[in-house]
Amino acid sequence: MMLQQKAESQAIETTYREAIREAIRDALKRDERVFLMGEDVGRYGGCYAVTKGLLAEFGPERIRDTPLSESGFTGAGIGAAIGGLRPIVEVMTVNFSLLALDQILNTAATIRHMSGNQFGVPLVIRMATGAGRQLAAQHSHSLEGWYAHIPGIKVLAPATVEDARGMLWTALEDPDPVLIFEHVMLYNMTGTLASDAGPVDIGKAAIRREGKDISLITYGGSLWKTIDAATALAAEGIEAEVVDLRTLRPLDDATIMASVHKTHRAVIVDEGWRTGSLAAEISARIVEQAFFDLDAAIGRVCSEEVPIPYPRHLEEAAIPQVPKIIAAAKTALAGG
Amino acid sequence: MAEFRMPSLGADMEAGTLVEWLVKPGDQVKRGDIIAVVETQKGAIEIENFEPGTVEKILVEVGTKVPVGTPLAMIRAEGEPATSIAAPVQSPTPAGAPPRPLEPKAPAPAPTPAPAPEAEAEERLRISPAARRLAEQHGIDVSTLSGNGADGAILLGDVERMIAEPKIEGARGRGFDLAAMRQAIAAAMARSKREIPHYYLAQPIEMTACQDWLASVNAKLPPDQRLLLGALLVKAVARAARTFPAFNGFYRDGAFKPAPSVHVGMAIAIRGGGLIAPAIHDADGLSLDALMTEMRELVGRVRSGRIRSSEMADPTITVSSLGERGVEQLYGIIYPPQVAIVGFGKVAPSPWIADGKVVARPVINATLAADHRVTDGHAGALFLSEIETLLQEPETL
Amino acid sequence: MAATDKPRLSRAHVLELLKHMIRIRHFEDKCAELYTQEKIRGFLHLYDGEEAVAVGVIPVLKACDRVVATYREHGHALVRGVPMKAALAEMYGKQEGCSHGRGGSMHLFDRATNFYGGNAIVGGGLPLAIGLALADRMRGSDSITACFFGEGAVAEGEFHESANLAALWSLPVLFVCENNRYAMGTALALSESETDIQHKAACYHLASEAVDGMDVVAVEAAARRAVAAIRETGKPYFLECRTYRFRPHSMFDAQLYRDKTEIESWRAKGPIRRFRAWLEQNNLLHPEDLARIEAEVAAEIDEAVAFAEAAKWEPIEQLTRYVYAEQTARDQPANDVATKS
Repeated sequence: MMLQQKAESQAIETTYREAIREAIRDALKRDERVFLMGEDVGRYGGCYAVTKGLLAEFGPERIRDTPLSESGFTGAGIGAAIGGLRPIVEVMTVNFSLLALDQILNTAATIRHMSGNQFGVPLVIRMATGAGRQLAAQHSHSLEGWYAHIPGIKVLAPATVEDARGMLWTALEDPDPVLIFEHVMLYNMTGTLASDAGPVDIGKAAIRREGKDISLITYGGSLWKTIDAATALAAEGIEAEVVDLRTLRPLDDATIMASVHKTHRAVIVDEGWRTGSLAAEISARIVEQAFFDLDAAIGRVCSEEVPIPYPRHLEEAAIPQVPKIIAAAKTALAGG
Repeated sequence: MAEFRMPSLGADMEAGTLVEWLVKPGDQVKRGDIIAVVETQKGAIEIENFEPGTVEKILVEVGTKVPVGTPLAMIRAEGEPATSIAAPVQSPTPAGAPPRPLEPKAPAPAPTPAPAPEAEAEERLRISPAARRLAEQHGIDVSTLSGNGADGAILLGDVERMIAEPKIEGARGRGFDLAAMRQAIAAAMARSKREIPHYYLAQPIEMTACQDWLASVNAKLPPDQRLLLGALLVKAVARAARTFPAFNGFYRDGAFKPAPSVHVGMAIAIRGGGLIAPAIHDADGLSLDALMTEMRELVGRVRSGRIRSSEMADPTITVSSLGERGVEQLYGIIYPPQVAIVGFGKVAPSPWIADGKVVARPVINATLAADHRVTDGHAGALFLSEIETLLQEPETL
Repeated sequence: MAATDKPRLSRAHVLELLKHMIRIRHFEDKCAELYTQEKIRGFLHLYDGEEAVAVGVIPVLKACDRVVATYREHGHALVRGVPMKAALAEMYGKQEGCSHGRGGSMHLFDRATNFYGGNAIVGGGLPLAIGLALADRMRGSDSITACFFGEGAVAEGEFHESANLAALWSLPVLFVCENNRYAMGTALALSESETDIQHKAACYHLASEAVDGMDVVAVEAAARRAVAAIRETGKPYFLECRTYRFRPHSMFDAQLYRDKTEIESWRAKGPIRRFRAWLEQNNLLHPEDLARIEAEVAAEIDEAVAFAEAAKWEPIEQLTRYVYAEQTARDQPANDVATKS
C-alpha cells in the first residue's frame, strides 16, 4: 500500500491500520529505546495485521513475539519502562487485557504514587477493542471506560487516521503509562493523511462537526456513526455538533462544556455498557459544570445490558447505531 | 512505672478480651516475653511485653473486654521505687495524630445570576435550567410562563419567544394575546394574594394646590403638551419611594432587596379586558414634562401593542389610578415581586375641615397596599404622608 | 569485579553478617512494639527468622543491580542500604519516609539503592523483575535483578509466566524463593502438588538449587554461585531458600494453623542463634563485639524512632500529587538525605 511518498505536504490515501503501522515504524526508527512486544506481533504479522513486515525490518529483539502470558509480558513492559526503555506492549484485544489488569492497575498505575514519585512508568499499551464482527461475548468488549476510571494512567481512543498516526509518538514521550484503544471496525477505514503527518496532541477533544442545536459527544468506533447521525439530522434542519473526545482520561472538560454552553443539549454515544459507563461520567460532569446551560436532560446511547451476542441482527441491536443516536438527539431537542 | 496496654494487633482491631495472664505481680519480665493472651475476632493471640522490669499490678481481670490502648498492668522498671498506683489513664490520643481531613469544601454555589422566583406552592415548575436562567436575566417571572416542552416543560425557546419583540402591528393590529395576558394576570394575582401578606392604608389628600398649579401651567401650553394630574401623582410617588426605599424593590427567596432605581409601573387598562403596568424608568429624576411625555408615549404603545417584556418586568413599585372611572378608593393587589402598590381614586369635591370650619375642597383618596413582610403600618403611614406633603407643593415636583 | 565463589569468612565479614541480622531482628521487634501502640498502622509483616536470606544474598549484589521484594521487605530494604530512618518514617506515614509516606510498610521503594519495592500483590513483583532484566539485557548493561518472593507466589500464574519468560529470553534474573512453609495460613503441602520448589523451577530450564535458609553462610555461598553464573552466562538462576517465619504472617494473626512447638523448634535453630554459636565456638565473636553491635543497633533504632516521631505529615492539600509526572521541577523529598550504605 502506498505510504510515505517523497512529495512534500501531499495528501495520501491510507488506512487506519497502515497509519498505526507507520506510527510504530516511525517510533522504532526515531528512538532506539522503543520496542514492541505482544502475541503474534512478529511472525504472524499481528492479529489485525498492524505489524506486518516490521519483524523483517527491525528484527526479533525489537519486534518481540511473546508467549500467551498477558500478565507476564505486560509486567515485563512495566519493568522495562522503569529500566529505561520505551516499550510498546500490544495486548491483542481489551478482552485479554483482563489477565493483565493486576499489572496495569496495581503496578503501572500505582508505582509512581506508592514510591513517592521515585519511579514512573513510560509505557504504552495498545489494544484492539469493540464489537461489530460477530465475535460474540468474550471477544467484543469495550472496556475503555473501566480503564478511564483509574488514576495514574492515560487513556486514548484515536478515531481518525490522523490520530492513529499521530497519537503513538506523543504517548511514547509521556512519562506515565498510556493505553491506546483501537476499535476493530476502524482498521480498514480509509482516510487522507498529509504525507508528513506527525505527532498530534493528546488531552484535547476535537470538534469534528460544528453545530448549534445539540452536542453529540463520542469517541472511537462510535465517532463515524455519530457523524452519520449528524448528517441525517441536518437534513431535518437540526445542526448537531460532534465532539470527538480523543482522550478518555483525562477528559477535556473545557471543550465539552463550551459545546454544551453553545447548544444547550447533549447526547453521549459510548459503546460501553450503559450502567456505570464513561457516558455516565461525562453526564455527571456536564451537570456539575454546565447545569444552567442545559435545556434538556442529557441523553446517552450506549450498549444494551447484555453480553454481546453472536448473530448479526442481535449484535447490531446491542450496540449504538445511527437511528438510536438520531432518536436520542430528537428527544433532547423536545426537552427530554 | 510503665503501663502495659492492650495492643493494637490489626487495623480492624478495636478491642480485645483478656483471657489469660501468664504473669503475676512480682514476676520479672523482659522485652519480648509473652505475658498475656487476648481473644480477638481472629482467635486467641499471645501478647508480648516491651518494657523490662517487675510486674507491679494487674489492672484488668481475666474475662474483661477492653478497647485497644487500655492499660492492663503496671510494670516497674528496675531500680524504680514502688510508687502509689496512678488511676488508670484514658487511652491517650497518639502524640502527633495525623491532621484531620479538611472539611470538604462547601460545593461552590451553583452560579445563579439571580435567585429564582419562588415556585408555586402546589407543584414544582417544570422549567429547564437554561430557560430559568434566561428568564431571570430578563426579569421575567417564570410562574407566568407556559411551556411547549414535554409535559408542559418550559424550555429556552418559550422564554426566547417571550422576550423577542412581537411583530409590529401589521395587518392584524392586535398587539397582545389577551387570553394569555389574562392567564398571566390570573397567575400573578393569585400568587400575590397567596404569598404576600397585604396591609392597607388610606389617606385623603387635599388637591387644591395641585389643581391650581396645573391650571396655571397648562394655560400656557398647547393641549398635546399639557400636564395631567397623573404625572403629578406618579412623580410624588416616585419621590416618596426614593425617600422610603422599603417600598421600592423586590421580595425574592425570603428577602427584600431595595432597588437602586425607581421605576414606577403605571397600570394601564387595555381595551378588551387587558391590564398592563409597564415601567416609567427613573421616574423620580424625570422632570414633569419628561414624565408626561413618557406616560403619553407609553399609553400610546400599549394601545398599539408595542410594549417590551422588559418594560413589564422591571417596575419597582406600581401606581394605579382609576380616577376617571369614578371610584373613591382603590385597594390594589401588589404585583410580585414588588412590595407596594399605590392607588388613587377620583378627585371629588369633599367636606374638609379648615380653620375649624367645614369647607368643600377637591380631595383624592390615596391608598397603599404594602407587603407586611417588609414594612408595617407605621412606615406605610409615613410613606403616604410624604406623598401628601409632596402634593401640597406641586411646583417642587 | 567478579563475585568470588566462596564467601571469605574474615572476622570483619562475619561480624558484618551478624550485625546485619541483629539489626534487622531488633528493627522488626521495634516495629512490632510501635504497631501495638498504633504508630504504625495497616498491615505489618515481619521478617523474624528469615534474616539469613536477605543478609546472605543482597550484599553479594552490586550497587547497579536491582532488587525487587515483597510486602515483607523491611530486612531487604535495610540490608540494601535504605536508611533506617527513612524506612521507619515511611511506616509512620510521614513525608520524610522513603516513599514520601505514601506507601507504608508494604511499599518501601528507594531509587538511590535500586530498590523496587515493596510489592503487595503476591507474585506481582515477578513480571516487574522480568521487565527490569529485559531492559538491562537489551541495553547491554551488566546489571542483574534479584527478585525475592515467598513460596506462596509459586501458585500464582505470574510465577509461571515469569519463570518461562526469564528462561526463554535468557534474562539476568536471580529468583530467590523464601520458602517459609506457610503462605499466610496455608501450609505448602496443602497448596502445591509438587512441594519441591527448586525442582519446579528446574522444569522451566532454570538453573536452580535449594539451600538451608537458616544458615547465612550457606546462603551467601549459594548466592555467590548464582550471581557468578548469571553474570557469566547471562541466564537466570533460581535459589530456593528453606527458612521459617517465627512471627505470625502479620500482626493480626492468631496462628491457628500451626503448632507452637513447631515454632519453638525452629527458633532453636534460628539464623542468629546458630551463627552466634558458631562464631563463638570459632572464637570469631567476643562478648565485647556483641555488646558493641547491640549498642550500635539500639542507638540507630532510637535515632530512627526519634526521626520518625519528629517527621512531618504531608499536607492534605498535596493529596493528588504523585499520580502523574509533574511538569515543574521535582520537589526534594526528605529521602534525598539518604546516604548510601
